[in-house]
Amino acid sequence: MTQLTNMTSPSRRGVLKGATAIGAAALVTPWGTPLRAQPVSGGTLRVGMAHGSTTDALDPGSWEADFMIFQAHTRNNYLTEIAADGSLVPELAESWEASADAATWTFTLRSGVEFHSGHILTADDVIASINHHRGEDSTSAAAPIVADITDMTADGMNVVFTLSAGNADFPFVLSDYHLPILPAQADGTIDPNTQDGCGPFRIAEIEFGVGARYERHEGYWKEGLPYFDAIEQVVIFDDAARQNALISGDVDYIDTADLNTVHLLERAPGIEILSVTGTQHYGLPMDTRAAPFDDVNVRMALKFGINRQQLVDTILNGYGSLGNDHPIGPGQRYFNTELEQREYDPDRVQFHLREAGMESLDVDIHLADAAFAGALDAGVLFAESASAGGINLNVVREPNDGYWSNVWMQKPFAGTYWGGRPTEDWMFATAYAEGVPWNETYWSNDRFNELLVSARAELDEDLRREQYFEMQQIVSDEGGIIIPMFAAYVGAYSDRLAHPEQIASNWRNDGHRIGERWWFAS
Amino acid sequence: MSHILTMIAQRLALGLVTLFVVSLIIFLGTELLPGDFAQEILGQSATPETVAALREQLGLNDPMHIRYLGWLTDIVQGDFGESLANGQSVAGLIGGRLVRTLQLASYAAAIAVPLSLVLGILAALFRNSFFDRFANASALSSISFPEFFVAYILIFLLAGANGAFPSTAINISRGDPNFTEYLHVAFLPALTLTLVVTAHMMRMTRAAIINLLSSPYIEMARLKGMSPMRIIVKHALPNALAPIINVVALNLAYLITGVVVVEVVFVYPGLGQLMVDSVAARDMPVVQGVALIFAGAYVLLNLTADVLATLSNPRLVHRR
Repeated sequence: MTQLTNMTSPSRRGVLKGATAIGAAALVTPWGTPLRAQPVSGGTLRVGMAHGSTTDALDPGSWEADFMIFQAHTRNNYLTEIAADGSLVPELAESWEASADAATWTFTLRSGVEFHSGHILTADDVIASINHHRGEDSTSAAAPIVADITDMTADGMNVVFTLSAGNADFPFVLSDYHLPILPAQADGTIDPNTQDGCGPFRIAEIEFGVGARYERHEGYWKEGLPYFDAIEQVVIFDDAARQNALISGDVDYIDTADLNTVHLLERAPGIEILSVTGTQHYGLPMDTRAAPFDDVNVRMALKFGINRQQLVDTILNGYGSLGNDHPIGPGQRYFNTELEQREYDPDRVQFHLREAGMESLDVDIHLADAAFAGALDAGVLFAESASAGGINLNVVREPNDGYWSNVWMQKPFAGTYWGGRPTEDWMFATAYAEGVPWNETYWSNDRFNELLVSARAELDEDLRREQYFEMQQIVSDEGGIIIPMFAAYVGAYSDRLAHPEQIASNWRNDGHRIGERWWFAS
Repeated sequence: MSHILTMIAQRLALGLVTLFVVSLIIFLGTELLPGDFAQEILGQSATPETVAALREQLGLNDPMHIRYLGWLTDIVQGDFGESLANGQSVAGLIGGRLVRTLQLASYAAAIAVPLSLVLGILAALFRNSFFDRFANASALSSISFPEFFVAYILIFLLAGANGAFPSTAINISRGDPNFTEYLHVAFLPALTLTLVVTAHMMRMTRAAIINLLSSPYIEMARLKGMSPMRIIVKHALPNALAPIINVVALNLAYLITGVVVVEVVFVYPGLGQLMVDSVAARDMPVVQGVALIFAGAYVLLNLTADVLATLSNPRLVHRR
């Protein structure tokens, strides 16, 4: 069986030219990575999920929480797929090619892909599906990520994307969960409320905020997949109820285990814990325009005043890793391995406060658990550790309700979380580039912005790495956000389930694709 | 009897006015909450452009009174409108959940009402005895604990790997169980609710009866040589019915409207979670729809209580 391990760090050229090679490799391996045992078909996978709201909707532009993202990957396929090892592999697009400036991309679609309705995939479906998120009156959460597309044309089974500027990572963008390929209607648009799709399972029943039931799509194009006959997805908000459901066998898999009690769950017979650290990180952004955070020394003092190890040990119960005040995770291609890990150091806090011309510092931090699980506790621990360096941090408790519209990016010092993005460029361009809507620290650094543009179009692998290393250094030393920890995705499952050796780290639930990657062992 | 019918008609008309006022208050209250639907539903991923486009599409830019009047016009014609979030009809969203909420409320009521009446009567009969104190103390403790704590204790005692009952009601959302299956699956949520509402009804029954026991006519009955049980059931209880009925009605309304915590702990798909999600997203048509159902439940149950209380009082039935 061919392994895809050499694909862990797809080079820019790999992405540009190697798509066909990856495609060929993929044809001779079952989807996914090396298997521990021969997968067996059959059975109904019952999944308990911690999120899901009665206000969820079928419109892909509205997908935000795990219930719908899981649904998205269970029902749909995408042009490209992020494999379990983090590399980009073809899905509905068989191969792709870029122009020399990486501003024009030609994707060749797989032929004969059948939707649940029997419709066969065409280039028009792709254009209609992407167009749903574009345009002036787009209400899609994905509008910013497709904003660079200026034109799309169909040519047989080819789709040509024209971008406003070169972007070597563009194929990664098309794997975004908001961009499933749905069937085009006669007028060249998609019906956003359709239940059709060309993924491994068809929707049999869906009740938002309660649950959904899926049945295997017999005409699925991936040979031999999926293994399960059906999937049942149930929303179980309450941590204790979710764990009870798993222990008592009402569900086979839960997507989120409560970190406070996960050590008890570990001891339960027949239960396995699934912990994956990827790009998800928790942060404390400061408004770099507002005093006192406009002084880089104040920001540094705060960065040295937080005890990262203590936060990972207590807030995450050990399920995570230390953050270094930049958003790139240790598993990513251009993670800066040379950057020294920032430690808790009250002397450095005092040093930076003196540099800023202060004896002590009084600041408010506005937090709610909506920002991330345990944010308020983290704030209290932060206040405690920072006080040793002369910082009086006052934790202001904000309501969870309306947190993202009234506190985040409104108050000068608050909390945030990011699921992370598969590429460095995507993450930096989303929240660190000057003037972008989610630049939560209102930060602007000329050198950083310059590097962002040049790295995006850089062909030389080593130069590109150097530039991303420098950008991580700049964000860490001068940026406005404290990123103390990368949080693992922690779930749990019954040992009746089996999975490939490598689990994807880009999202929960094996990249939300456990529906087609996992199987019942017996 | 005719004046009772008149009273029912009057009360129903007043009920409509109440519903109107409630809808106005709910609307204004939700307007006062910071953020609107477009911001809340896009959450962290909102950009100014998408928020503006969403507001435009859903007509959220119209002034408040225009939106309220539009909703009111539809509702008068029996159209509950559609959810802003996913375009599903509010009537459809509420329908299935209302049935399940009513099922659970009836299940709990079927246990709680007889239980609390019997306990209340027995407590009045053996007042100040060990039994009375024990019943009071345990009912008060169960009402004093938060509902989720009561629920966890019951799960710990009665569910789990060796327990007789399932710890969650997931199977209810998986398909329509038959009647006996339902009684089995929904037993723990119903028992939790029973423990929460019993104390109130039981203590009112006890207090209302004891209140009457010092009356001259009870003393007369006792002098006749009637047994204490007979005195209470035949002579005291009929006169104590009015306050008991009122408390029962209030608790039944609570069973319909106040069970969101129990729904969450037992994964029971009822109306409470729908209300919470919709308020969080400022999904006005759904919030209004559910609020009307809740208000309607209070109006109807209070009306029933008043009618029954009137019927239980011969002086009011046979007015001269």
